[in-house]
Amino acid sequence: MAKIMAVDDSASMRQMVSFTLQGAGYEVVEASDGQEAFNKAQQGQVDLVISDVNMPVMDGISLIKNLRALPDYKFTPILMLTTESAADKKSEGKAAGATGWIVKPFNPDQLLNTIKKVLG
Amino acid sequence: MSIDLSQFHQVFFEESFEGLQTMESSLLDIDCENLDSETINCIFRAAHSIKGSSSTFGFTEVAEFTHVLETLLDQVREGSRQLSQDHIELLLQSVDCLNGMLTALQSEQPVDTQQSKQLIEQFNCILNGSEPEAAASESASAKAVEETAQSKEVASEAASSISNGDITTWQITFIPDVNLLRTGNEPLRMFRELAELGELTVTAKLDNLPDLPALNPEECYLGWEMYLDTREDKQKIEEVFEWVVDESELHISVAGGLFDFEEDAGAAESLESAQPSPVVEVETPAEVVVKPEKPAVAAKAAEATLGPKETAKTSESTSIRVSIEKIDSLVNLVGELVITQSMLGQLGTEFDLSKLANLQEGLAQLEHNTRELQESVMRIRMLPISFTFSRFPRMVRDLSRQLGKKIELKLSGEQTELDKTVMEKIGDPLVHLVRNALDHGLETPEDRIAAGKPETGTITLNAFHQSGNIMIEIIDDGRGLNKEKILQKAIQNGVIIEQEQLSDEQVQDLIFQPGFSTAEQVTDVSGRGVGMDVVRRNIQELNGGIEVKSVEGEGSTFTIRLPLTLAILDGQLIQVGDQTYIVPLVSIVESLQPDMNLINHVAGGCDVFRLRDEYIPIIKLWEVFGEEPRSRELSESLLVVVEVGSAKVAIVVDELLGQQQVVIKSMETNYKKVEGISGATILGDGTVSLILDVTDLVQMAGDQQNSKNGLKLVSSKTWAA
Repeated sequence: MAKIMAVDDSASMRQMVSFTLQGAGYEVVEASDGQEAFNKAQQGQVDLVISDVNMPVMDGISLIKNLRALPDYKFTPILMLTTESAADKKSEGKAAGATGWIVKPFNPDQLLNTIKKVLG
Repeated sequence: MSIDLSQFHQVFFEESFEGLQTMESSLLDIDCENLDSETINCIFRAAHSIKGSSSTFGFTEVAEFTHVLETLLDQVREGSRQLSQDHIELLLQSVDCLNGMLTALQSEQPVDTQQSKQLIEQFNCILNGSEPEAAASESASAKAVEETAQSKEVASEAASSISNGDITTWQITFIPDVNLLRTGNEPLRMFRELAELGELTVTAKLDNLPDLPALNPEECYLGWEMYLDTREDKQKIEEVFEWVVDESELHISVAGGLFDFEEDAGAAESLESAQPSPVVEVETPAEVVVKPEKPAVAAKAAEATLGPKETAKTSESTSIRVSIEKIDSLVNLVGELVITQSMLGQLGTEFDLSKLANLQEGLAQLEHNTRELQESVMRIRMLPISFTFSRFPRMVRDLSRQLGKKIELKLSGEQTELDKTVMEKIGDPLVHLVRNALDHGLETPEDRIAAGKPETGTITLNAFHQSGNIMIEIIDDGRGLNKEKILQKAIQNGVIIEQEQLSDEQVQDLIFQPGFSTAEQVTDVSGRGVGMDVVRRNIQELNGGIEVKSVEGEGSTFTIRLPLTLAILDGQLIQVGDQTYIVPLVSIVESLQPDMNLINHVAGGCDVFRLRDEYIPIIKLWEVFGEEPRSRELSESLLVVVEVGSAKVAIVVDELLGQQQVVIKSMETNYKKVEGISGATILGDGTVSLILDVTDLVQMAGDQQNSKNGLKLVSSKTWAA
């Protein structure tokens, strides 16, 4: 089953994402900021990254840039978690190499639908 | 799939409270003139996180409120708005308000949105105020919200129209950006989604495909022409391309309808450099994507360090956060204990007298292990005092503004560890003392300058360990205690009589007497009748003590002494009749055999004992507890002098036994509250021994004598204080 990395500095959001995905049978790797995610991504290939944008240490945009610079993550789908008001963040994320976005607030069903689309 | 989101609520509350705390302390650190971007980022992130998760978990009141906060903070972060002191004030108020809302939500109470609505109003005023940029961005975000709402509406409309919609054939032209694949977007995925909507026919446009040598496998040269027969509307089709539409050429129109020639022309123009396509069999675009080469990234992975481990966050009221280190040392000690146990066990199976030395050694080892284990377990309950200190920067800031004083707060020894229960109970007394220092202790800037002091006053909170106790100092460099005023007030209140001669220390101690407040005006901040006597009593309930040292004109230092823990006590075992009692060692001043010449019987049935130049009331324990002592003669008994607050009393006992550490078992939990007894413990021989509550005892003895004589002992009140 596909392996998904959930990156968010908010433990509740991370748990929610992770619980939902695990419930749907995905394997989940959690990270609480960009740096941790970047480190973990290099330790084992994941098939999809879902990342928050605003995080301490390394933010989501930098994480995307750094991941895209890795040969293993050149084409890996990366989804950003954004809020409806952050239109500029979307384009910034796209420029950095994000595949798409999931707009907060979202519920578990919406999350799974989006992920099914990406992972097929 | 339905998931119960409430299981994440606890974590949400914890992280939100943590976030609010971060916001508060960062807000207090901010220097408006010299904005530190990391500080403002930190505040922004906290607000942003709370907003994101609260909306996800359905706490709309909180989400709405944090939205305006976030908008303002975002502008400050982007540099489009100058942060002012008023903004900080407003943000701090918001933190309080959010705290209130979250607390209500956590306890499943209805949320009072009155305050938050007012604050939102204020934020909107700022946001829509003089700066046009701000207003624009606000309305933009409002628009965005609107749009989302609209799109949702449209989507639901579309959904409802599925059943009666006719099949339409849509013509879709999709020419993605060459970098499409580099964002992880996969055209196949979009085709798959479209295919779910209806019958899909796809033709690849190979116009852009370069010669094989010039072909970069990571780029996307293809475009597609699609026909989709579906009942869905255009919106649904656009959604499929949502993530890529900005960078791609996309035309969606009803096939056979009016072609938009202009657009097509534009598309063709952009393909100007297109070369005639070589005949390459491309079945699916996926085959164009060549798996990229993989250099030795894996090696790096091995070096990569793991991110900080998330320690489990737990609710404060019911659980405690313990560092892994402490747990590890505990595990280690248990290991040693097991070794000792097996050693002793082996010794027991084949024991003869020649191995006595080994046995003694083993028992000593066991004692050593047990004590260490005990200490380690106790250490688990210990938390750094910073948990308590952290509330003061905000408090001092608010109060100094309110009082018009300039005050700097210094904290030191924040890492000093203290038992969790003690910590919880020391909070209020500390707040009271700091408030007092601010209000009564420190002068106004004018007064300070007049007194030749720096304009800004200093309050220092200092915590440290000293001989098995925690000491907390509250030091101010204010006006100090005014001896004259204290005496005057004490005489006014009848605490002392005019002729009494008191040392400076005794005078200063008077402020701990009930009903004492020297502030000329009862202010908002302190002087509400909850006096220093309550502070002292609270601290005494923790088996601690408080004293004050003050130099007029230079400031005051309050020193609080607290036991490290409430669960274990160093006790003096005493014998009265055939019962063994325990007196907390900390309260014992000295024990002695009384010289009968120094004992006087005072009118009213109370005996006093002259210890050097002090007269100390005598309490007969056998009388209080109804025991039959070995002797009722004072000359055949011993006196244990204990100190309660600043007053001393002498307890009459038959005999002094040993001293030992005892584990306190609560009377309330196991039986009920018994007057004069603070708890019980089990002694080495298995008997239960009661631990004396010295404060209580003094009070009781006083009451007993009062009722016996119908007389009020002047001093009984003072002892209890």
